[in-house]
Amino acid sequence: MSSVLFFLILLLLWQGAFWLLVDVLALCKAYALPSPVGVLERLITLTGNGTLLRAVGNSLLRGVIGYLAALILGLLLAHSEYLQKHVKPLILGIQTLPSICWVPFAILWFGLTTEAILFVVIMGSAFGIAIAVESAVKNVQPIYKKAALTMGATKLQLYRRVILPAALPEMISGAKQGWSFAWRALMSGEVMTTSIGLGQTLITGRDLADINQVMLVMLVIIVVGVVIDRGIFGILEKRVRKSRGLAQ
Amino acid sequence: MSFEFINVSKTFAQAQAPTLSSINLTIQRGEFVCIVGVSGCGKSTLLNLAAGLELPTSGEILLDGRRITGPGADRTVMFQEHGLFPWLNVYENVCFGMKLAHLSREEMDAKAEHYLQMMHLSEYKDYPIHQLSGGMRQRTALARALCMDSEILLMDEPFSALDKQTSNRLREELQQIWMETGKTILFITHSVEEAVFLADRVIVLSPESKSISEQIEISLPRPRHVYDPAFVALRHRILEKVREEVL
Repeated sequence: MSSVLFFLILLLLWQGAFWLLVDVLALCKAYALPSPVGVLERLITLTGNGTLLRAVGNSLLRGVIGYLAALILGLLLAHSEYLQKHVKPLILGIQTLPSICWVPFAILWFGLTTEAILFVVIMGSAFGIAIAVESAVKNVQPIYKKAALTMGATKLQLYRRVILPAALPEMISGAKQGWSFAWRALMSGEVMTTSIGLGQTLITGRDLADINQVMLVMLVIIVVGVVIDRGIFGILEKRVRKSRGLAQ
Repeated sequence: MSFEFINVSKTFAQAQAPTLSSINLTIQRGEFVCIVGVSGCGKSTLLNLAAGLELPTSGEILLDGRRITGPGADRTVMFQEHGLFPWLNVYENVCFGMKLAHLSREEMDAKAEHYLQMMHLSEYKDYPIHQLSGGMRQRTALARALCMDSEILLMDEPFSALDKQTSNRLREELQQIWMETGKTILFITHSVEEAVFLADRVIVLSPESKSISEQIEISLPRPRHVYDPAFVALRHRILEKVREEVL
């Protein structure tokens, strides 16, 4: 309750500052300072004409496609002993590269297309996911494998019935982290290209000198990111951990 | 059926000295054999070799004349740390091995019910593992092992992490099961009392020679009583033997 009050006061102060600085004293240009009322207005227009919904939908779709591809690539990388031995040091290096650095590369390969964006998402998140999956599989307690083997498990059964379920909590944590990488990478890709999406709507705001739209899209990006991180992954993680007595 | 260790030695890759050396041992069908020895004498390694989880550096282990080259469902293992799967409940854990063997639903249910009842776990079959006490976990692990219907049970200090009362009760139940089913059991323990209580034959491993230093037949009638003078005498004799090996 007190935090609602806090934010209400903050919004009021913000709107007051805008009125004072732009309308009364004329110290700032209107395009340089967003205001709560202005952001709300943009929200209503952009929701009304469907732009915002389409942008969120497109971005989410790309995020999910890129993310799934990254997950598959990650699993492959984690399970090839050869790749692990020779490619892992390289992956650890690539992982430190900020995903926006892949954008010029992506544009040279794919042009200003959706493929370019997906490429950036995959490059930005696959390696992190791969490393998380690999460590999850490595951390499976040997006793589980031993117990299954002495009950006659074949290699495939061992994998499906023991290693994957045993590694699941850690894999979900890794996927959650991978998602936040993917979401960041997606925005890096989208601001550079012209197909409809949140990043492109953000850039359009800049082109139109409409700071309220810029602010609005930033807020939407935060909200979508948080909803997926806390809402989907957070709940999944908690549920799995709880069912195994790892958390209250 | 017989289970034979012929001149078995095991030296681990990074170790200079062998962990086990020249083990010769034959276990007959239906026999209850206990292996005792101080920690570090290679008891668990011996069991892992029998299970096929480790392979001998030299010598061979034969089961009905066939060489053991890996783990298999014909030799079920029960570990000190139960090895139950925390993502499955009690019932699903008990059914795990049967599921691997593609048993029919009815067969699986019937067996699971039977052994859960034997282990006094029927009421707990839907419990997650983390809500069970240590004793109940080992009971679940034992039920899971029994459901495998293997002729051989390999047990690696299964009751040693439990409190005395629980472990005493479980060893009595194990004895009962053994008498009813006639399984062949190789049982590792550091407790001489437990060995004398359960075994037909107690084998003392020496930490010095890394080999069998003595085999003692226990012909006391069952059920045995720990305060029976003959029991006490045997227990002392073996305890002395184990102590000697340390000095």
